[in-house]
Amino acid sequence: MTRQTPAGTRTLHLILAWSLVGLPLLWGVLQTLRNALKLFH
Amino acid sequence: MSPLSFLDRERTVAGPGFSRWMVPPAALCIHLCIGQVYAFSVFNLPMTRLIGVTAAAPGDWRLTDLGWIFTLAIFFLGVSAAVLGRWVEEGGPRRAMFTAALCFGGGFLISAVGIRLHDIWIIYLGYGVLGGIGLGLGYISPVSTLIKWFPDRPGMATGMAIMGFGGGALIASPLSVWLMSRFSTPTHVGVAQTFVVLGVVYFAFMMVGAAIVRVPAPGWRPAGWNPPARPPKLVTSANVYVYRALRTPQFWLIWCVLCLNVTAGIGVLGQASAMSQQMFPGKVSAVAAAGFVGLMSLFNMAGRFLWASASDFIGRKNTYFCFFLLGTVLYALVPTTGRIGSVGLFVLCFLIIISMYGGGFATVPAYLKDMFGTRYVGAIHGWLITAWSAAGVFGPVLVNYLRAYEVARGVPQADAYNLTMYLMAGLLVVGFFCNLLIKPVHERHHMPAVQAEATVLAQ
Repeated sequence: MTRQTPAGTRTLHLILAWSLVGLPLLWGVLQTLRNALKLFH
Repeated sequence: MSPLSFLDRERTVAGPGFSRWMVPPAALCIHLCIGQVYAFSVFNLPMTRLIGVTAAAPGDWRLTDLGWIFTLAIFFLGVSAAVLGRWVEEGGPRRAMFTAALCFGGGFLISAVGIRLHDIWIIYLGYGVLGGIGLGLGYISPVSTLIKWFPDRPGMATGMAIMGFGGGALIASPLSVWLMSRFSTPTHVGVAQTFVVLGVVYFAFMMVGAAIVRVPAPGWRPAGWNPPARPPKLVTSANVYVYRALRTPQFWLIWCVLCLNVTAGIGVLGQASAMSQQMFPGKVSAVAAAGFVGLMSLFNMAGRFLWASASDFIGRKNTYFCFFLLGTVLYALVPTTGRIGSVGLFVLCFLIIISMYGGGFATVPAYLKDMFGTRYVGAIHGWLITAWSAAGVFGPVLVNYLRAYEVARGVPQADAYNLTMYLMAGLLVVGFFCNLLIKPVHERHHMPAVQAEATVLAQ
């Protein structure tokens, strides 16, 4: 089995960590934006 | 070795090669969860018909009873942040985040039991007291860690975390509504099951934050960064002990600055929907007003990150000067927008105001770091949170009572907010002068360098 280099592992951890918080936040922002658009209708 | 030794501060010291950019997601894991408190109101109406299911029945709780849950949670947020701040600072972020996860997740589970037994006191104890303690611990737990990892951009770092607190409500509100719709049946409204799911999910999410958080090794600095040889006048390289900081005029001036900034924002935040409809009758519908509130939430969140990041470049004091000067002008302009019937200008005024409300929360940890150093900044921030609790009382009371007073005097509904807007502008002028009076902390309050170093090395 090939071990990832520390730099590769670090990048993977960063992507996972930011996705974990970024995706729910993006979903929440999009939901709110969808409601907010009603202001302009 | 104790089974809980993984919570110790020494077990969280980052090894070589650890990226500091892992720390903001750890902080966001906590703040995105505890930000749920702003969305708690989505449970209020369903909880008034737990017995009647389709409509409130005799024995069902009233909205006034339910309002105490949120009030208690915010009260215990302030108390726990103040009282437990030093424990958080000295025990390290992982211990505090773990405890916050237990309290916040546990608060939901206890409240689910309260729903099943239909005993509101269990909910007061669960979400109100225990959940509130989780809120306070969670709110301050990552602050000083972020400042230590980002000495070059402390405003941006804490702005990211505190932005998460604003963003948490954006996630929790639709998520809670969706969960209740999945769990509701003809015989119950699905609140208890929703509380169980939220309690478990929030606990797990916060534990991820606790697991990945790290503190920098003593003496660590970002690669290629050195502290400026001549730091700006208002930025200290010394440290002030938490209880010593409370005895300085600077702490209380910053307390007033935060309290006044928050009072001005929080007062209109809760009234935005009604205000927009009453100031522009026939022009702004209830649906459009709900959209306006949603837009305000987004600007509240974005303002936390943008203003706090900007403060790294223009300085904390100047950032608050912007809030107070621009805020005064905008509040004074609001009645004019009503008179000329400009909905667009009204919306623009409030979006900028609310971005500065969020920005005030997010910039203040870095302001405290500038004045009192990094050693006890989390604990000092904990005490400063009491300014938020005070503003939470003053703001809504001022807006509601002044409006009621104006209506009772016979002022038309469309103009009933004018006096309030001018009063808010006046409060911001007072805040401007409090900010103006802030000077560097006198050297006699500084911890001796040897003592400050010893407390760092001992942990």
